[in-house]
Amino acid sequence: MDLLIQVLIAGITIGSIYSLIALGVVLIFKSSGVINFAQGSMVMVGAFITYALVVQFKLPILLSLALTFVISGLMGMVIERFVLRYLSGASLISVIMVTMGISYILDGGALATWGSSNFTYPKLFPSFSIQLGGVKVSSVYLWSFLTSMVLLVVFLFFFKYSKMGLSMRAAADNQKVAVVLGISARRVLSLTWIITSAVATAGGILLASISALHVNLSYIGLVVFPVVILGGLDSIPGAVVGGLIVGALEAIAGVYIAPYLGGAFQQVASFAFLLIILLIKPYGLFGTKEIERL
Amino acid sequence: MSILQQLKHKDKIQPHLEIHDLSLHFGGVQALHQVDLEVPRGILFSLIGPNGAGKTSLINCISKFYEPNAGKIIFNGREITPFRPHAVARFGISRTFQNIELFKGMTVLDNIKLGRHIHLRSGAVAGMVYLGKAKREEERLEEFIDREILDFLGLTPIKNRVVATLPYGMQKRVDLARALSAKPEFLILDEPVAGMNREETQDMITHILEIKKAWGLTVLLIEHDMEVVMNISDWIVVMNFGEKIAEGTPAIVQKNPEVIRIYLGHAYSET
Repeated sequence: MDLLIQVLIAGITIGSIYSLIALGVVLIFKSSGVINFAQGSMVMVGAFITYALVVQFKLPILLSLALTFVISGLMGMVIERFVLRYLSGASLISVIMVTMGISYILDGGALATWGSSNFTYPKLFPSFSIQLGGVKVSSVYLWSFLTSMVLLVVFLFFFKYSKMGLSMRAAADNQKVAVVLGISARRVLSLTWIITSAVATAGGILLASISALHVNLSYIGLVVFPVVILGGLDSIPGAVVGGLIVGALEAIAGVYIAPYLGGAFQQVASFAFLLIILLIKPYGLFGTKEIERL
Repeated sequence: MSILQQLKHKDKIQPHLEIHDLSLHFGGVQALHQVDLEVPRGILFSLIGPNGAGKTSLINCISKFYEPNAGKIIFNGREITPFRPHAVARFGISRTFQNIELFKGMTVLDNIKLGRHIHLRSGAVAGMVYLGKAKREEERLEEFIDREILDFLGLTPIKNRVVATLPYGMQKRVDLARALSAKPEFLILDEPVAGMNREETQDMITHILEIKKAWGLTVLLIEHDMEVVMNISDWIVVMNFGEKIAEGTPAIVQKNPEVIRIYLGHAYSET
């Protein structure tokens, strides 16, 4: 029983980080119909930026974090401004291929800069441990869960109440009307990429804090796809719920099923589950019907 | 100055909207060919012509969904041709669409509020916590929407319904409300009564005329219902194959032999 609780806590924590990363994918899909294959690489690069600032440049932690988000926000903005903007009107599949290209550039760049070894991530959170129903929970999980939940809530409020959030929802819902109401489609897209890059970075920092940092962190991009498709490609609440489900599922599969089926089962568990869900609900748990299928 | 006087002295006062030499082509298809228009302030100006005449292309050029290949569009004495669509909207030009375009999953009220919200001054953070200035603006906004738009258009009873669940005629009316939410001074209506029955048409026309008078709007109307067009227009421009072929008051246009031949048919020449 204790083991199950421990597994679930770990799974849901990782899941909440998946939710955060998936939010970025959903945002880009909602506002432009593009599936961003570079998301995983942006997660990895974000984590490396903090690492470089704290460990290599020896800056204070808070300053490093602030700088990291400025840099990653800029990275998102540059990708939109200098790559995707020129592709408006191009076929969707070309744009998606270009995001794959961006992913390779980021991965290659990180590999060239930092190499392919494992790095111990600096301790960003004060550590302590608490007892939860007789189970000891390490503080890094608690911090990660809290951080991603707070960020998710902040974004939900941003979309619901802020002017810019409203504009983004409006543009995603019906671009023609949004433009007629005076919303700049370009500004919305630019902001979408900034937010996406920022949530990817936050996810990267949390994931690296939990395990360690390696260039291969960018494979997280593949794990995020079952999350967004499970929740529904165009649903923000879907991304949150999907993340938690996939996180928990992976953890359970890793501990209870993998010993019988082989260690790699953990990685395919979420895809297997996804297949079953899609048979019942082809548009995901919260997705709108008639959205693009690829 | 009465509208008729104004039309007579068209050359002397600055028109609300001027179009000079506007051309637009898609590949080899000429959608608009050197069109000139002058829309005086405060009148109801109609564009008529057969399907494919270039009416919708013309208003898509005004709202900058299409980039004209040549020509100038001047609004309030200022050239708006180089601006992007959202900027044109902010100059005070609002429009409806031939096929209703709304945020269909949202309620009527949210659709209208959204249009207004974009123009509020308070920033993201204030809007998030609903304090101070944002709260006062929010209250003024609710009041404006309730009184000036919902009551005026008779939408109050359905303001909390989701748009997708409303009948077609009602959706058309919400589309008008949405266009008004941006508080425009120049309103473009693309077939506002298309597909409506007689009663709905009558309601819609009454609303358009009332709001035009109350807000002092200039209205640019595209419509195929000739009874409506002839009854309410101050000035009519007739288009065919991307060119302006005639213009004048309804009485003049109805008698133009070419207009009768290509568009009106003989029913109108006899009345």
